[in-house]
Amino acid sequence: MSQFKPSQKILHWTTGITILGLFGLGYWMRTLDYYSSWYQTAPDIHKAVGVILISVMTLRFILKIIYPTPEPLATHKPWEIKSAHIVHMAMYSLILIIMASGYLISTADNRGIDVFGLFEAPSLFIAFEEQEDIAGFIHEWCAYLLMGLVAIHAGGALKHHFIDKDKTLKRML
Amino acid sequence: MNNTIKIIGAVLALTLSSTVFSAETYQIDKKGMHASIQFKIKHLGYSWLTGRFNDFDGTIVYDEKSPTASSVDVTIKTASVDSNHAERDKHLRDEDFLNVSKYPTASFKSTNIVGKGEGKADITGNLTLNGVTKAVTIATIEIGAGSDPWGGFRRGFEGTTEIALKDFNINFNLGPASEKVLLELNVEGIRQ
Repeated sequence: MSQFKPSQKILHWTTGITILGLFGLGYWMRTLDYYSSWYQTAPDIHKAVGVILISVMTLRFILKIIYPTPEPLATHKPWEIKSAHIVHMAMYSLILIIMASGYLISTADNRGIDVFGLFEAPSLFIAFEEQEDIAGFIHEWCAYLLMGLVAIHAGGALKHHFIDKDKTLKRML
Repeated sequence: MNNTIKIIGAVLALTLSSTVFSAETYQIDKKGMHASIQFKIKHLGYSWLTGRFNDFDGTIVYDEKSPTASSVDVTIKTASVDSNHAERDKHLRDEDFLNVSKYPTASFKSTNIVGKGEGKADITGNLTLNGVTKAVTIATIEIGAGSDPWGGFRRGFEGTTEIALKDFNINFNLGPASEKVLLELNVEGIRQ
């Protein structure tokens, strides 16, 4: 039976936690008062971490293509396998859309994104009219949708661990 | 009898037409964009932040014989706000400021014009912004008028006014130095 590679496990948990953190930070930063000391730094961190996430997720996608995905456990029911697959694909798609739309919001005025003063992710193109608004709408609602899927994903893992008492969660640890 | 009616009719027609002709309609030169609607607000009290609305249209009915009988009507697409910063523009369009999805247009319709001499006038009118309509007075000055090199006739004005954000239900706290916005209007109309 094939296993997840340690690199894949590390990437799963680091990107997962980062995405949860970016969601929380993104939600919180929009509620800040103009005079909050975080008013400028919170979006700066959100964007910089987002740019880094794009490269790490790219690596994760490459590893997913290189290494075969481990077979589902024999005890998994067909509906579980099917729904897990749909949720995984939907999460990957949403993450891609959220990363792309986030980039498009910040680069809509032809300015790049500063990544902690280390380098700048350049603005490559203006994709469409009213870019920051359309991309912003997509970014926000896809993020809510993703969090819903994350809840299903985590709920499924916990169900397998505590109710079915199988190795589904353990093999990602 | 018939002739008398004709003469009276002719005199009436002439009088009416001369009144009508003394008021000329000018369309804002949107095509060549010799017009701008700019705003200016203090940032923290330390500097001016400027921006503009890129999409607007309007007409000026100008009465040379009696300038105070003129009128102005301008409509602005609020989503065209441009402060040269995408994230700020996105914020300006949302509910904290212009609420553009709910109120896509802002408008100014003059109600009263008071001449101040030397081409100056105070134009009072109803400004509708963020769904709130309130009377404001724009201090204007005629910059110039005359034939253009392409067969038309143009007339241009400059206007300034100051509005308080909270008067238009814009309550995002930008600090005590940033409660008022200056509006600067530059309008060139082409006579129709």
